[in-house]
Amino acid sequence: MSATVTPASSVAGPSLAGPSTATVVCDYDRLTPELGVAALVGGEQVALFRLADGSVHAVQNLDPFSGAHVISRGITGDRAGVPTVASPLYKQVFSLIDGACLVTMDKEPVEGHAAHLRVFLVTVEHGKVLVAAA
Amino acid sequence: MTTERIVVVGGGMVAHRFTEALRARDTDGRFAVEVIAEEPRAPYDRVALTSYFTGKSPEDLQLGDPALWHDPLVALHRDSRATAVDRERRVVTVEGGREVAYDHLVLATGSYAWMPPTPGADLPGVFLYRTIDDVAALRGWVEERRAALGRPVRGAVIGGGLLGLEAAGALQGLGATSTVIQFADRLMNLQVDEGGGEALKRLIEQLGVTVRCSTATSELRPGKDGRVGSIVFADGGEQLVDVVVFATGVRPRDELGAAAGLELGPRGGIVVDDTCLTADPAVSAIGEVACIQGSCIGLIAPGNTMAEITVDRLLGGASTFPGADTATKLKLLGVDVASFGDAFATTPGALEMVYADPVNGVYKKLVLTDDAQTLLGGVLVGDASAYASLRPMVGAHLPGDPAGWLLPEGAVERPSVDLPDEAAVCSCNNVTAGTIRDAVNHEGCTDLGSVKACTKAGTSCGSCLPLVKKIMATELEKSGIEVSNALCEHFAMSRAQLFNAVKVAEVTTFSDVIARFGNGRGCDICKPTVGSILASLYNQHVLGDDRAALQDTNDRVMANMQKDGTYSVVPRVPGGEILPEHLILIGQIAQDFGLYTKITGGQRIDLFGARLEQLPSIWKRLVDAGMESGHAYGKSLRTVKSCVGSTWCRYGVQDSVGMAIALELRYRGLRSPHKIKLGVSGCARECAEARGKDVGVIATDKGWNVYVGGNGGFTPVHAQLLVEDVSDEDVFRVIDRYLMYYIRTADRLQRTAPWQQEHEGGLDAIRKIVVDDSLGLGEELDAHMARHIDSYEDEWKAVLNDPERLRQFTSFVNAPDQADPSLAYVEQRGQRRPATPAERESGAVLIAPSTLEVRS
Repeated sequence: MSATVTPASSVAGPSLAGPSTATVVCDYDRLTPELGVAALVGGEQVALFRLADGSVHAVQNLDPFSGAHVISRGITGDRAGVPTVASPLYKQVFSLIDGACLVTMDKEPVEGHAAHLRVFLVTVEHGKVLVAAA
Repeated sequence: MTTERIVVVGGGMVAHRFTEALRARDTDGRFAVEVIAEEPRAPYDRVALTSYFTGKSPEDLQLGDPALWHDPLVALHRDSRATAVDRERRVVTVEGGREVAYDHLVLATGSYAWMPPTPGADLPGVFLYRTIDDVAALRGWVEERRAALGRPVRGAVIGGGLLGLEAAGALQGLGATSTVIQFADRLMNLQVDEGGGEALKRLIEQLGVTVRCSTATSELRPGKDGRVGSIVFADGGEQLVDVVVFATGVRPRDELGAAAGLELGPRGGIVVDDTCLTADPAVSAIGEVACIQGSCIGLIAPGNTMAEITVDRLLGGASTFPGADTATKLKLLGVDVASFGDAFATTPGALEMVYADPVNGVYKKLVLTDDAQTLLGGVLVGDASAYASLRPMVGAHLPGDPAGWLLPEGAVERPSVDLPDEAAVCSCNNVTAGTIRDAVNHEGCTDLGSVKACTKAGTSCGSCLPLVKKIMATELEKSGIEVSNALCEHFAMSRAQLFNAVKVAEVTTFSDVIARFGNGRGCDICKPTVGSILASLYNQHVLGDDRAALQDTNDRVMANMQKDGTYSVVPRVPGGEILPEHLILIGQIAQDFGLYTKITGGQRIDLFGARLEQLPSIWKRLVDAGMESGHAYGKSLRTVKSCVGSTWCRYGVQDSVGMAIALELRYRGLRSPHKIKLGVSGCARECAEARGKDVGVIATDKGWNVYVGGNGGFTPVHAQLLVEDVSDEDVFRVIDRYLMYYIRTADRLQRTAPWQQEHEGGLDAIRKIVVDDSLGLGEELDAHMARHIDSYEDEWKAVLNDPERLRQFTSFVNAPDQADPSLAYVEQRGQRRPATPAERESGAVLIAPSTLEVRS
């Protein structure tokens, strides 16, 4: 591919205190409650969600059931109290806590992918959102 | 094992049922079937023959799955008449001399329309009413005479039975006047009593049909042109006519059996025993030609039963004919008529309980045993809503006060009935209440669809569906399964209930809605539903307040997500009419952003492959040029397709493009339970395929016909006629109300066709509400639609003016200039498309997305 990928950390500014591999992604106030955004962390696409309760969650942006990077554009919600996001393509539902696929819609993930999402550690410090590279 | 040869003579509905049932049950392929049919087409639904006049084509009347006729063990010979049966040699001779050998012969030759010997009955313009060819010829004649005479055609129907009234309705539907001439003292004398006949006559006369009872026809006389010109009655009267239809009953076509030496009944028909066998064990007779238990029965349900019995017997079963249920429920010229059980109170000591309301044209009678405890039968005219519940109760104890069944619905509470297991619920397919209960309790059927599939109940005429639903719900409740219409785990209500709750409580945000009516945080099911309800009710911007988070990604970014996560862009092209400069602009945008372009099925242009962050700059160019969102992404009005209409087309009778544009601009942006599509055709040739749409408007020389409930998709359905020959204003009013009523009451993701079908009372009930305003909802629906039309704004224009909302259109929050690096394309037919996984691995053919883009 001709497009080059810039390491996200150099785009997002200086690294603050926190886990050594953590990247500052954006201001906490930049996140709209219940609306996800995508971010680049260590060359990987991450889906970032600020929920109505103020908590912030990060999971892989790659949807294992379609192979497209779209999880950040899914609808957030809960299943029996567990905060979730639903893939906008084929509507599988994933836990934002551990990434588990809670509803598969009777589909299999595309070859080479596990059904669950990887979860990234998120911290909020001094109004900044930090995501630890996996 | 050798295959046994079954020959069926006759190609009607009963022959179809026999073949279908045999192929369904003979899983070992023991039998091969040859069907010898006289008509030039496969078996069709003769009961629905009259619907041929309301725009249905012969294909619409087709019975069952046409794949049956391609089964290797089934052969259908059309246009083929059996001339002789040689029972010694077990051979049927077909016209032309071919011989077909059988191991078992099934005679299903049906009936022919019988005409009393009447001088002049052979004049041109005199018709029968039995086959598709009969009704097609009748239609052709009426249309031709109307054009030639330049005035309404004068029609008469001889015979005031069921078929006669159907024919009278058909004549009226063709724009002819119609007089029904009945020899007996009342209409439908075989089904209804004097009071019922009187009510029926009044109702039918109100519809403009003239009725003459106790009248004998002595002669038909030709006019000057040699065509039929007048009817002369036995009392000396005379009436001018241009067309005459005989509907004076049917007689069994037993000549083939008779010539083969089979015994005939006293009034004709081939005599069979309770297993449908003739005296020859290799010959059965089924349907109208069979004289069973002493008579021939001209109804489809007993015919189907005979077909099933014969199949069962061939396969070694032991079923016998249980006796015919001659109960009937019909809608003739829009009038409900039903009769069941001992309708004439012939049981000794029977009591008759009658309710008559001549003003509203209702007559109801129950026949009860002398202790008024057991139901024996009844007649219902003008309002047959109690039929589905009452008919299966014949012979059973009727709980509560029987008057509850006679008074208008709602006047007294109707006693609840618990049907005995053996009560027949679906008489078309012979399904009992017990079978339905069994399907629910032991076959795991928990919704109407699976009960229908499992038992076949309600799959023919559908009149028993409300009852089937009731039995199913009662059973589910008994076994502790709540019939849940909950939206999801967060809302215990159905969409329609939630819609009303939100409307009454006047709440406007999701957080208020879930706090008041639900629990938890919501999910991908209830959030878009509430988003849609809020949009339908208040018509505020889809991305306003906390609503953006409710929307599916398509609505959230106002574009359609494709498989690789990019979007397609569809500007509105109302009615498919487009300015050349808009066409050029769309082409330019596609070139500048490297988008794949394709014409949609809805007469507009789709641009594929736009990335999230590109959408605002694409839309800015479109909006600046005066184009607007086409809502191709929304559960909302999509397009109004049209043909070119009278402005250019030499056949067009109305301006279909003008009408389509007016409709599209009227309903654009209207959020609904599912997508809505409309179509407008400028003449009856229907080039816009409007009857495949949720609402189809078709031009007539007097105005417009409006059809509703058409769907493409998984289960295609033709739209049905709602109103005829109405003005532009009435088109708008009736569609305003229909759509609003649908939006308020449909389930989540339920399209108009299933909504209409499952609505209690079906289209007729919906017509009463949206056309006759029977619920008094009209003004409210009108006002609601007016509010929508007045407050419409283009969603994209609003977003382009709002920096806060534009922030959502970012690829990466920490790298807004970086495109999604995972996208890859290959070239195909001069445009690009997403690369397949194999192509990605090979690597060589890829085009990265950013190399094609020229930023504006």
